[in-house]
Amino acid sequence: MHEVIEGRVWTLGRDVDTDQIISGKYLTIIDPEELKKHVFEIALPEFAKGAKAGDIIVADENFGSGSSREHAPQAMRAIGVGAVVADSFARIFFRNAINLGIPAIEARGVRAIFEMGDPARIEMRAGRVTNVRTGRLVEFPPLPPHLLELLDAGGLVEKVRRDLEARRHAAGAPS
Amino acid sequence: MTGANGHGATLVEKILARASGLDRVVPGQIVEGQVDLAMMHEQGAQTVAPFHQMGADRVWDPDRVVIAIDHWVPASTEGAAVLHRILRKFAAETGLSHFYDVGQHGICHQILAENGWVVPGDLAVGTDSHTNMLGAMGAVATGIGPTEMAAVLALGRLWLKVPTSLEIRVRGEFGKGVTAKDLVLRVLGEIRTTGATYRSVEFSGPTVRRLSMPERFTICNMTTEMGAKTGMVAPDSATFDYLAPIAKHAMHPLAPDPDAQYERSVDVDVDGMPPMVACPYSPDNVRPLPDVVREHVKIDQAFLGSCTNARIEDLREGAALMKDQKVAPGVRFIVSPASTKIYEQCLREGIIETFTEAGAVFTNSSCSACFGGNMGILAPDEVCASSSNRNFPGRMGAKEARIYLMSPAAVVATAIRGEISDPREML
Ligand code: SF4
Repeated sequence: MHEVIEGRVWTLGRDVDTDQIISGKYLTIIDPEELKKHVFEIALPEFAKGAKAGDIIVADENFGSGSSREHAPQAMRAIGVGAVVADSFARIFFRNAINLGIPAIEARGVRAIFEMGDPARIEMRAGRVTNVRTGRLVEFPPLPPHLLELLDAGGLVEKVRRDLEARRHAAGAPS
Repeated sequence: MTGANGHGATLVEKILARASGLDRVVPGQIVEGQVDLAMMHEQGAQTVAPFHQMGADRVWDPDRVVIAIDHWVPASTEGAAVLHRILRKFAAETGLSHFYDVGQHGICHQILAENGWVVPGDLAVGTDSHTNMLGAMGAVATGIGPTEMAAVLALGRLWLKVPTSLEIRVRGEFGKGVTAKDLVLRVLGEIRTTGATYRSVEFSGPTVRRLSMPERFTICNMTTEMGAKTGMVAPDSATFDYLAPIAKHAMHPLAPDPDAQYERSVDVDVDGMPPMVACPYSPDNVRPLPDVVREHVKIDQAFLGSCTNARIEDLREGAALMKDQKVAPGVRFIVSPASTKIYEQCLREGIIETFTEAGAVFTNSSCSACFGGNMGILAPDEVCASSSNRNFPGRMGAKEARIYLMSPAAVVATAIRGEISDPREML
């Protein structure tokens, strides 16, 4: 994860739940490449075709509510979404996104300062999101060190892999 | 017990302190908790790849892991069949023997409840957002994603931010035909879908003490719709009586301190409360049922099922109303018990016969029509009365379809009349 994340913004409304991100009928799909064709099919149908790696999602309150389906952030990761910034998140989505290495940033008031397609600049440790077109910005409490560490590792898989390896080393077992 | 900051501990603080081996934890603190029970359903198939990528070779404690397939049972698509096969293979390789496969199956949360897998004081996690339901045991039970579950399987631990708590104090007597579902819908209408985000919800008060375990399951189940991390009822004799014959491991009953610090307390009096209904397209869009009845909302489908309300008590209540009645012409009525055990009880008690004779379709136990990916899918603009917990756009099929959430009794009354109806008129 970089200290500064920049990208083009896609805006979404409030209460975008996981059914609107990936509908129930796609839940038996495991392949992220296949999943990403259906991401935001209900909430923002033009996204799946138009989005490119590095794009940033800016949403209103309660983003990702509803089911625990990891398909939602997985599809976003397959697209290469650079970050998701929202006025607020539902808890499981927030955890899932961070665990997959997607910066999820809760920044009160962020939705109001962006329009579709605006360029955004996020300073992770300083805790600032700026609309580069208008110069307007909102501040947010930076993520706790524990979560920044997870993002730095590239997600939970890599983090646990390192922890398990360290544990084996400590135990003197061949790895 | 009084903490360093001068007040007592809430139930979630006590349980997370126990899980993390600390004397005291405070809201906002990040702790690492030892997991007492981990549950996976089909989404668990997605834990297999990250589990291997993590370099894990064994599960921390195979006796603390339950697999219960429920969304597509028996497999209704090729994709689902593959998910089931991935899980069976993984279970065989890692020695996970508590697998409720086709024939012993049921909705994962009901499987945990009726087999005593979660007990007071536990920290339980599941790959499903309604894992909150098990908080009714006086446990912290919460949903996590499959990658996180892979870490839990490998390490037996997970990080949690200690949440603040919201107290819902309930008093009063339910009127005839008014149920725990109506109570939780009313609370949702008040505190809304974000009212408990990241928080723990504790139900208390004399009315909650009188609720049966199935009723407590219903109210804790829908704390997920409030955004809550967990929803709980402190354990009492009802909990112990329910669990005594079935508990799978030792109980550590904990109760909140009398001077526990709540972020907010909400008082609810159910005296004189009418049945409630959540209208499209959000579970917090709650109105008194009689107001909706006046609008003569015609339905295409009725669904009595889901982890919220498809236990034997719900189906008995529904069957009592259904007896000698018919499903309205033009209405499809789907009844799906929450587990195979409940299915068998229905068979013995003549409940299947009652529903079938009335023209309903009584299905095998599964999530069924609840989530729009298996059966009972709605076409655009269709209307469904449902005893489940979500009515978002697209939840049961087409995004334009309209879902009304209500109690089992109200669903049956509605199926009989063909439009949204008040069960009290039929009692
Ligand atoms: S019944 Fe519905 S809410 Fe419950 S676990 Fe199944 S899909 Fe989820």
